[in-house]
Amino acid sequence: MAKVSMTVNGKAASGDVEGRTLLSSFLREQLGLTGTHVGCDTSQCGACVVHVDGKAVKACTMLAQEAEGAEVATIEGQANADGSLNTIQQAFQDHHGLQCGFCTPGMVMSAAALLKDNPKPTEAEIRDYLEGNLCRCTGYHNIVKAIMAASGQDVSSIAAE
Amino acid sequence: MYEFEFEKPSTVTEAVAALADEDAQALGGGQTLIPTLKQRLAMPSKLVSLSGIAQLKELSGNGGMLTIGGAVTHAEVAAAAAVSYPALADLASHIGDPAVRNRGTIGGSLANNDPAACYPAAALGSGATIVTNAREITADDYFRGLFETALEEGEIITAVRFPVPEKANYQKFLQPASRFALVGVFAAKYAAGVRVAVTGASEEGVFRWHEAEAALDASFAPDALDGLSVDAGGMIGDLHGSKEYRAHLVGVMTKRAVAAAG
Repeated sequence: MAKVSMTVNGKAASGDVEGRTLLSSFLREQLGLTGTHVGCDTSQCGACVVHVDGKAVKACTMLAQEAEGAEVATIEGQANADGSLNTIQQAFQDHHGLQCGFCTPGMVMSAAALLKDNPKPTEAEIRDYLEGNLCRCTGYHNIVKAIMAASGQDVSSIAAE
Repeated sequence: MYEFEFEKPSTVTEAVAALADEDAQALGGGQTLIPTLKQRLAMPSKLVSLSGIAQLKELSGNGGMLTIGGAVTHAEVAAAAAVSYPALADLASHIGDPAVRNRGTIGGSLANNDPAACYPAAALGSGATIVTNAREITADDYFRGLFETALEEGEIITAVRFPVPEKANYQKFLQPASRFALVGVFAAKYAAGVRVAVTGASEEGVFRWHEAEAALDASFAPDALDGLSVDAGGMIGDLHGSKEYRAHLVGVMTKRAVAAAG
């Protein structure tokens, strides 16, 4: 076992982990941050996307010890300080960007990473960026619409109303 | 995953020393290795992370040569090479998905040499030089078949040097489930001649299509390839595409790459 320390959602966090402990396991099982979902465990579904030093990564495909000293952001840290939903989360609610909600933490974290780099993405850019986030309920349409809305853009032009 | 030790050295020398242990293995971004470990298809005693070595994160360009450290991620190449080597940046920006590109590294991809990976096509198609802790290996000598390379046990890719071509393009026909190349073709025109490297297609991994190179040397235009084809015999045939289908795609994707290179 080795000690690992990082900053998670702005707070210091540490624990003892094995070499093989995944970041997703550390977050969920040791820190109790179960908002980071493990959908496929094969690096395909993106439900486990978190930010490590500001970059979106799949927490199930990174060893916990690789995040030593890093700034980690998870879905639990996304809401506003008063507990209300942030802009992206609120847009998902307003535009019905989820049904079962399992993929949503990863979708929101990917959306946040996209909007940080590209504040006004086109519909095509959003769909392209979500290539590694699978949703089996919505058909993606309302997720794309929510992200467009969260970026402050008009969503009336999105096809297939 | 089976248990393993984890070590994160800060210099190449320390990493080489750590890799001398029996069954120790280097860890790049882990985007292939970690899924492999989860399936218990590998059982290293120790993983030596290369992500903490500053030297491997360097990226520099001068005099028509782009040098990329072994631990530079796909996303970093996509951003940094956009002006100096657009075809390479474009290739890097379409590997996997955004989260994979934030972790996966060029050294990891080349060391793994997946027969359907994109970077082997860029390295071979550019006549790149693979720089390790011990020596320099030309791309023509480096790729040795499926998941096989010239790397010795414990040898680390420290950098990859790409000569920047006059023009180049990479065309990938996506295998839609894996997002690897069903067939990918990298075509590059240098003063010394044209290079065409094909990934995803052959049972021997990435290869140069010499016949196409000769035709494109005479005329760098899609119709120079009319009538040329690769032998379906050595192609991969699986449920995603037959040998004949892949052989056909090699021709189609090469033409598209030449057309897009302009």
